[in-house]
Amino acid sequence: MERAYIPGAIARQPWGVILPLGLLVTFGCAVLYSAAGGHFQPWALTHGVRFVVFLAMAMLIARIPQTLFRHAALPVYGVLCVLLVLVELLGRVGGGSQRWLNLGFMQLQPSELMKPGIVLVLAWFYSVLPAPEIKTWRAIGPAVLLLGLPAGLVMLQPDLGTGLAISFGAVVVMFLAGLPLRLFLGGVVAVAVAAPLAFFTLLHDYQRKRVLVFLDPESDPLGSGYHITQSKIAIGSGGLVGKGFGQGSQSHLDYLPEAHTDFVFATMAEEWGMLGGLFVLTIFALILSWGLRVAQRAPDRFSRLLAAGMVTTIFFYVCINLMMVMGLAPVVGIPLPFVSHGGSSMMTNMICIGTIMAVDRWSRLQPAGLR
Amino acid sequence: MRKQKPGRPRTLPMSSALLTNTFERRTFVLGLAQAGVGVLLAGRLAYLSVAENARYRAASESNRVNLTLIPPRRGWVLDRKGAPLAANRADFRVDLVPDRVVDPDKTLAKLANLLGLTADRVSDIRDKLDKAHGFQPVEVASSLDWDKFAAVSVRLPELPGVIPQRGFSRFYPTGAAVGHLVGYVGPASARDYEQERNPLLITPGFKIGKDGLEKQFETRLRGVPGARRVEATASGRVVRDLGTREDVAGKPIQLTIDAALQDYAARRVGLESGSVVVMDCLTGDVLAMVSMPSFDPNSFADGIGRIEWKMLSEDDHVPLRNKVLRGLYPPGSTVKPMVALSFLEAGLDPEASVGCGGGLRVGNRVFHCWNRRGHGTTNMAKGIYQSCDVYFYHFAQQIGMDKIAAMAKRLGLGQEFPMPYPGQSYGTVPDPAWKQRKYGKEWAIYDTVNATIGQGYMLVNPLQQAVMAARLASGRNLMPRLLMDRRAPAAPSLGIKQEHLDLIHTAMNEVVNGRGTAGKARLPVEGVQMAGKTGTAQVVGLNIGNGKGGLWKHRDHGHFICFAPFDKPRYAASVVVEHGGGSGAAYPIARDVMTFLFDQAKAMEVLEGYEKQWGGNVEQRMAARYDAYAAKFGASAPKAPDEVQAAEAVAADNTPVTEPTGPQTDAAPPAPEPEASPSAAATEASAPMPAAPAAPAAAPAVPPAAPEGR
Repeated sequence: MERAYIPGAIARQPWGVILPLGLLVTFGCAVLYSAAGGHFQPWALTHGVRFVVFLAMAMLIARIPQTLFRHAALPVYGVLCVLLVLVELLGRVGGGSQRWLNLGFMQLQPSELMKPGIVLVLAWFYSVLPAPEIKTWRAIGPAVLLLGLPAGLVMLQPDLGTGLAISFGAVVVMFLAGLPLRLFLGGVVAVAVAAPLAFFTLLHDYQRKRVLVFLDPESDPLGSGYHITQSKIAIGSGGLVGKGFGQGSQSHLDYLPEAHTDFVFATMAEEWGMLGGLFVLTIFALILSWGLRVAQRAPDRFSRLLAAGMVTTIFFYVCINLMMVMGLAPVVGIPLPFVSHGGSSMMTNMICIGTIMAVDRWSRLQPAGLR
Repeated sequence: MRKQKPGRPRTLPMSSALLTNTFERRTFVLGLAQAGVGVLLAGRLAYLSVAENARYRAASESNRVNLTLIPPRRGWVLDRKGAPLAANRADFRVDLVPDRVVDPDKTLAKLANLLGLTADRVSDIRDKLDKAHGFQPVEVASSLDWDKFAAVSVRLPELPGVIPQRGFSRFYPTGAAVGHLVGYVGPASARDYEQERNPLLITPGFKIGKDGLEKQFETRLRGVPGARRVEATASGRVVRDLGTREDVAGKPIQLTIDAALQDYAARRVGLESGSVVVMDCLTGDVLAMVSMPSFDPNSFADGIGRIEWKMLSEDDHVPLRNKVLRGLYPPGSTVKPMVALSFLEAGLDPEASVGCGGGLRVGNRVFHCWNRRGHGTTNMAKGIYQSCDVYFYHFAQQIGMDKIAAMAKRLGLGQEFPMPYPGQSYGTVPDPAWKQRKYGKEWAIYDTVNATIGQGYMLVNPLQQAVMAARLASGRNLMPRLLMDRRAPAAPSLGIKQEHLDLIHTAMNEVVNGRGTAGKARLPVEGVQMAGKTGTAQVVGLNIGNGKGGLWKHRDHGHFICFAPFDKPRYAASVVVEHGGGSGAAYPIARDVMTFLFDQAKAMEVLEGYEKQWGGNVEQRMAARYDAYAAKFGASAPKAPDEVQAAEAVAADNTPVTEPTGPQTDAAPPAPEPEASPSAAATEASAPMPAAPAAPAAAPAVPPAAPEGR
């Protein structure tokens, strides 16, 4: 009934995700406002503006037809790989590790874009792979190559966190695509065996130290363990309802490092307590479950895998970040989607949202097609 | 439909529909996994913020609130009249906290420039910085003027770890004179901190007592620190003040010491290595307790610098040893009044005489008197004022060592006094039972001979000698007292007959004011006569040196005990001059110190005359010496030791003369007395020969002392 009074373009938007997202970003703005000592500058305002801009972008993405997605999958992937190589080469020339390409108007971080990129290309790959081939090596070989190239390049940078994020998204898409279960079980076993080896051979010293300190943060309370210790103090001291808006001493007195980016959840929990934390968790639950529902009712294999893969990418961010700030994972530089201040992560996550919204739109255009 | 191999779970060929089905199942699993992670995160969140809330809240508070301790003002150490021996003065200081220093070399270079530090001082700070643990502060400079302090303060942003502050530092107005008496303070060592675990100990600017009274009365003197609570950022920037609690100054202690006398005595020792103890004969109050040369506790408070350490540790006059309490010496003839008193108490007639022919034959050997020409007929008084050894050899064998030892202990020798210093040496008063116990050997004649002239096993410290003098003078069981106590009960009488004491007093008066061995010790004060007794103790055998000249280390120790006025004793004193070449080095010091008690101006005049010859007063001489060392060695002097090493070195210096490990097998030759009056005819009497057993095999051949009548 109401639909008559609202323009169709607006009514058709997936408000079930935009509203919670808006709430979360608003809340994030409040936290950043407080973290800046009660100022909109330098974080809260840009955060809000970015959200609006990227939301518009997501809505545009949502209007892209599926065929374009399918056709663009491989070229986009190719371009991103080239950019990754370029970053690596420029980094070699410039000395030290480099993750950005300076485009003049913005710093482009190709590895960030590769997170949705890998999901896109794998979804495309499995959608064109004939169904019976799924249990053969032809389903695995190309996928492993597609993943191996960018993941290897990113890890070379070295950026372990993003490398893992890319791999995680890809592996979940492969899992959902129907690759034999034993591969994944075998993979778990292989990782269990390989991880200690990699720990001693592949990881850089600073990465190894992070892992060690994660296992025992008290061993280095003023060095690498400082982040985890201070984050836990911030969260723990918040209590049930927090110290109050603008009253977080850990963040305001600079004890909490990266209070507005990677550790923004700790900043929030200190002032808003467990209730604030549960609010954030609830919103993420809403967003992720919406994404999975979209994937479930998606019209075809490509869009199903695409949507589920995007959900996974967001989930990985949330999961690793929250585990890190609460001392359940080592410190890796992964921000909290929609709350942490930072353009790249906001862009990546909004691309994921936009893609899921696109899938949602396709399923409405072509309801429950081939089942 | 294709047939599947048995055991394969699949019965259908792979189709899109099946894949969709797989997808849905696996998506469900994925959703479940995500929900699981969500629950885990929520649980973790609840655990951290609710279950562990108290702990993290405390941690957050301790982050937020920065408690800066304000070192308490230390209690003063006062003399009997209320003059400060140790006080505090406000000063500006700069410390370094090693853990916060980023680039030590750069920081030190900057500080050296700003504060004008010398190269050796920079090296000292560098050493301490290397050794310091974590937050243990290292003092860079104290007593700064405002300009330098301000210069550092404004450059703080480029000097991380540097802490400039206003505070109080310990100040000893008379410097070296009270070094051993009061001790000194210094920054707490890692060991101190491990024992006490008190954050005050690692507060920049806080000092604890390291030696002497400062250490002994640490708890009383320390006081309660104040505190400043501020809210500070992680980088230490103060956001706001949350309040300040004032410190409570430590309680003062008042000593029985007379500061002026203490200073005078310290200066009067001059270039010698010696000690002076002055006691009040009415109360037992210790009026002065001096061991010189000493160290300047003012400069020790900043930590011992390399040049100062080199200077102190290379000094053969052992400035680090408190000779009053830790130096043990054979008392020499100063025991003779005591021995004589034991004779009187044992019933000997004071007029009982012996003819001194320069030696006493016992069995087949001769024990020599220091005066080889002999003293002629010698009664008790003459035995004392002429210090005749033969008189004592003779009657000691008659009376027996037990009686003498008992009197020695009664008068304080070998006794422990409850002085507030650790590691005192109490010496030995030998008697037959002691020797049996210690060495499993019979007491022999030569042991008695040795003991009666204060040699052999007999070892005392200068304080015990002063106590002996005071008890001889007063007849009271005086206890040396260093802490002022105006309500202390009067010391009980020793129960010695006054007529016996009078006899001894008269004889001792004769030593100074009559025919005795210390005529030059006469007080230049109208109506006050001092009684005394000289003593000379040999350090090495006469085969090495004659005790007068030669190597300083080989010269005899000089002793003098005295009290004044002789007829109504008020003050008693003992003076020991190490390697002074005999008692002649000791009694002029005693005379001037005693004069100071009755006529300060006269005493000062004499002292100033001496100090002109000596090259200035103690402070000036130490400064000159320091400059000479600094010019010679500069920063190239070896590192100063850290606290622990220094303590060990000091302890080694303080190790007293050890008791002989093996029993002595012979008589010690009597050391010469400086002022022998013409003795009576040597022919007068041959020594009586009590039927004493002959001395063991290695009999005579003791090189005779070479007396020098002066």
